[in-house]
Order: sequence, then C-alpha cells, then structure tokens
Amino acid sequence: MPESEALHASHVLEFPYSRSVGPVIGAFLTGLRDGKLSGVRGAGGSVIVPPTEYDPATGDDTGELVEVGPGGVVESWAWVSNPLPKHPLATPFAWALIRLDGADTAMLHVVDAGGPDQVATGGRVTVRFRPAGDRIGAMADIEAFIPEGGAA
Amino acid sequence: MSARTTTEELGPVTTLATPIRLDFEFTPGVAQSRFLRGLEKGKFVGQRCPTCGKVYVPSRGSCPTDGVPTTEDVDLGNVGTVTTYCVVNVPFAGQSIEIPYICAQVLLDGANISFMGLIQEIPTDEIRMGMRVEAVWVEPEELTPSLASVRYFRPSGEPDADYETYKDYL
Repeated sequence: MPESEALHASHVLEFPYSRSVGPVIGAFLTGLRDGKLSGVRGAGGSVIVPPTEYDPATGDDTGELVEVGPGGVVESWAWVSNPLPKHPLATPFAWALIRLDGADTAMLHVVDAGGPDQVATGGRVTVRFRPAGDRIGAMADIEAFIPEGGAA
Repeated sequence: MSARTTTEELGPVTTLATPIRLDFEFTPGVAQSRFLRGLEKGKFVGQRCPTCGKVYVPSRGSCPTDGVPTTEDVDLGNVGTVTTYCVVNVPFAGQSIEIPYICAQVLLDGANISFMGLIQEIPTDEIRMGMRVEAVWVEPEELTPSLASVRYFRPSGEPDADYETYKDYL
C-alpha cells in the first residue's frame, strides 16, 4: 500500500447494558421463558400485548395478566429477502405486527414463512418457542411465528 | 445434570441484557495514517506547519491555527516531558490496566503538542510535572499501525525539564 493512502480498519463499539424490567414486563418475560404469551388488562378492559405498566390511552395502572395466543392474526408485514447478521433469523422472513388471540393490540415479531406468498394480512400464524432449555426470559425466546397449518 | 428451566427453580425475570453494538469501518485519514505507519516502524512521526513551524503529533493534516495543510513529515524522538498527569485509582468496566496507574500528557521532544500516554515503572506517588520519560515499544515483530505498539512510557533517568520548556503546553 502506498504511504500516501489512508488506513482503514473495522471498529466495534459495544456497551454491555442490562436493564431492570419491572414487575409487568418481568412477568411477561418470565412467561416467555415458561413458553407462555401474556398480556395485561387495560383500563377499558382491552388486553395489551406486550404488557405495559400503564394504560397507554388513560395512563391508569394496568390490571391482571391475561394469557393470550398461541395463535394470532397478521395485521401488517414486510418481507426481508436478505437478512442481516443482527436479524433474528438467518433465512428470509417477514417482520409482522401480530394480534394474538385474546389481545387487542398487535406485537412486532417475525414470521418464518417459506416466501412472501405465504404471508398475508389477516392470515393466521402461531408461535414457535425455542426449546425450554434455551429460553432466558427475552423476546427471542419466541423463535418465530409460523403460518398456522403451514409448512415452515 | 438437569438444566434449571422452570420459574420455580429460576425465580422471576428481573433484568434484560440490552447490549448496544455499533460496527464501524474506521479510517483515520491520510495524515494520521502516516503517524500510524510510523508507529508500525517503532517511531513517532509528526507534521510541521509551513506557516507557524509548529509540529503536531499525531497530525490531522492541517494546522489548526493557520488552516494550511501540513505536508512536511518530522521524525520525533523517543523521549519527552510529562506536562500533566492523572493517577487513576477508580476501577471501571473493561479496565485493562491494573490500578493505580498514571495517565499523563507527554510532550515529545521537537513536538508542539502533547498526547496521552500510560506511565509505568515508577511508583504513582513519584510522578511529577516535568519528568522526562521515554517510550517503551512492543517487540519488533509485534509492531502494528496502532498506539498499541507503544507499551507505555517510563522515566528516562534524565533530570526534570525546566518549567519554562513546557509551560506553553499545559
């Protein structure tokens, strides 16, 4: 390399944060580790998933935890043809807003379908958890959603 | 061994790992690359301003006072003067040096700006302004275009520098 040329190098900046999750999200994550999906009852009786400590509409405390799913409906989605290393799946997948059965809000996650022709707005999907021993109490404990009765 | 997987065994989830990771492709630019290539050869290379004559190390490629490109490379020596310092006693995450240690601004002979260096081979209560220090480099086969090529500075054994010689660099 000529002396006049600029060097370059890859450089990684990483902050190893951890955060406390509080009683409500903590209960949701504990549920994920146990292989269960849960939401919380909001002020007007609606079920919020993932749960929040306060009702997003009124600011009131939310109530009891409610088990939801394991199936749900795709409300909206976008196909990812070329997954990046940081994505949850290594093969092409869909980001999707999924309204779980029993929930009144949609949750963002991924759908592991064979191709974009196997995902549809209004289509039904069901959860696929990681094996029990691999679950740590995090969103990634849900490996993906898959089309209900579908191939993937 | 049976893995603990149930909430009864593990207790509720209270924390979540949320690392933030940024992947950069970094370039130091042409001028600092010359400085880094100098480190790879075991020497400090600065650049002189053609207008004011000041020598910057590492050079950013232009004089911050005169705004003109610095084109003349200057090989600097291995010895310099501690202008100011800090003794680090506080442990922090990712710390790679045993505390307490000394972090000092070193004004290399022939340079008109100091840069930060680790001082070793001296008790921390003996460091002082004006102390003369010399760079200790890694083994020749371990030299890279990085400041990691400089292991640290240590006292050179020379008498302390007169305050007058570095008072403009504090």
